[in-house]
Amino acid sequence: MLKLSNLSKTFNPGTVNEKKALSNVNLELAKGDFVTILGSNGAGKSTLFNAIAGSFPVDEGTIRLDGVNITNQPDYKRSKYIGRLFQDPLKGTAPNMTIEENLALAYMRASEGSSPFSMISRRERKEFRERLSQLELGLEDRMESPVGLLSGGQRQALTLLMATVVTPKLLLLDEHTAALDPATAEKVLALTQSIVAENQITCLMITHNVPSALALGNRTIMMRNGTITLKLSGKERKAMTTQRLLDLFHSQGLESDRILFSAGPES
Amino acid sequence: MISSAVIFSALELGFLYALVALALFLSFRVLNIADMTTDGAFTLGCAVSATIAVAGHPLLALPAAMLCGACAGGVTALLQTKLKIPSILAGIITNTGLYTVNLAVMGFSSNVNMMRSETLFTLVQPYLGKVYKLLPVALITLTLGVLLVLFLKTRLGLSIRATGDNPDMVRASSINTGFTITVGLCIANSLTALSGAVLAQYQKTADINLGTGMVIIGLASLIIGETLMPRGRLWRKALGAILGSIIYRFIIALALRMDLPSECLKLISATIVALAIGLPAIKGAMKPATKNAVKEGN
Repeated sequence: MLKLSNLSKTFNPGTVNEKKALSNVNLELAKGDFVTILGSNGAGKSTLFNAIAGSFPVDEGTIRLDGVNITNQPDYKRSKYIGRLFQDPLKGTAPNMTIEENLALAYMRASEGSSPFSMISRRERKEFRERLSQLELGLEDRMESPVGLLSGGQRQALTLLMATVVTPKLLLLDEHTAALDPATAEKVLALTQSIVAENQITCLMITHNVPSALALGNRTIMMRNGTITLKLSGKERKAMTTQRLLDLFHSQGLESDRILFSAGPES
Repeated sequence: MISSAVIFSALELGFLYALVALALFLSFRVLNIADMTTDGAFTLGCAVSATIAVAGHPLLALPAAMLCGACAGGVTALLQTKLKIPSILAGIITNTGLYTVNLAVMGFSSNVNMMRSETLFTLVQPYLGKVYKLLPVALITLTLGVLLVLFLKTRLGLSIRATGDNPDMVRASSINTGFTITVGLCIANSLTALSGAVLAQYQKTADINLGTGMVIIGLASLIIGETLMPRGRLWRKALGAILGSIIYRFIIALALRMDLPSECLKLISATIVALAIGLPAIKGAMKPATKNAVKEGN
């Protein structure tokens, strides 16, 4: 479904700040795969997402999605079928526009054929209401209020809905619950799970939480210095514990940095 | 003290220049771009309108001026989106180039006299009587205001608004920001050019310097309007821009009434804009000072 072959990217090549952010990354995802990604800061996780989403051109390698080579496609074209959520809840929504208008924007991916001069129809409004009520945040009664008035958690839930209102081929979640308070984070995570499962969306999720990395999805990969150092799936993944994964991580020579590897009790 | 003639002319000019305020509402507020093309596009509208009206087509002159304005906006957008020139500089470059273009449009003369030509206003004068100037300008401005608001509610309009509101999000929702910026700047400058086009016919003369400082006058009107309508829907904001422009003209009329030399007007406009845009920063600077004062008091 998604196939990354020999993906490499170096920032500031030929300068003192040269940084090999991705080197020879190979990854193949089957349809419906839910992969959690672990790794310390600077491991290349977000760079990998940026490469897949097309935020910058890669130096080497190819990105194929459903057999189509999208390596050289501009980001706005890829976003037709790749949904993305960032850590910052403010990044995914337009604050001065209403909830309804934000959803309409996201919905435009599906309405390719309709005139650019058409407005939000009654039928669409009804559909937005239904989708919003699934979030169980009461947003369906506030469709006319600007998104800037919502809380971070509400905005992130709305962004999640916007990214999936037209089912994407691939969903990229970049620590999308890290900036939320624990209770809200849990809620958004549960929402993510149910939406992803319901629509069988292929999904990549960056997290710093080892237990949830092992609990969520069906595969886990670990990154370090721009390469994938560990791929876990099936039985091997089932047998893995938080402690053993952390040990593995440290044995790979991890420098102590902001490891948010909250090795809390396994859920 | 203020005669009805003064009120009439302030209303007429208010509606007339409100098109520039609406244009800046689109470029400065919606798209978040300070569009320096405005001055040149305004003069371009004047020049095109005057030249075509002198040739005997005062009505055709208006859409023609809008089209030319849209082209000017398109050039700025192209410089900005394709050549990656910072938006302010892109506008200044187009504006500088337009000076020559505007002179060329007027046959390399710095002004065009339309005293003997038909204009939009002389055409309707026999039917409208006293309001032959006010009614057409009010109608044009209100119609375009309504069209602009309706447009901003369409799919394309939503994309343009989101481009100014959150570019990160826009790229993640499959919208080409280069395209939305281009459409936005074309529309904004066509409105500005239309304002210039109507002005040329209104005062029966076009001059190469008519547009100088127009961006500041438009901003001043826009900001006055925002003080009147601090929050609300698009309708209120567009209405605010129009009202702001009218109030600005009344302020100018009053200033002239108090024998203030007309040469001072630009300095006053500049001060209004600087103060209004800088107000949040001024307030911010005052706050810690008062806090400290309280502390010392304790």
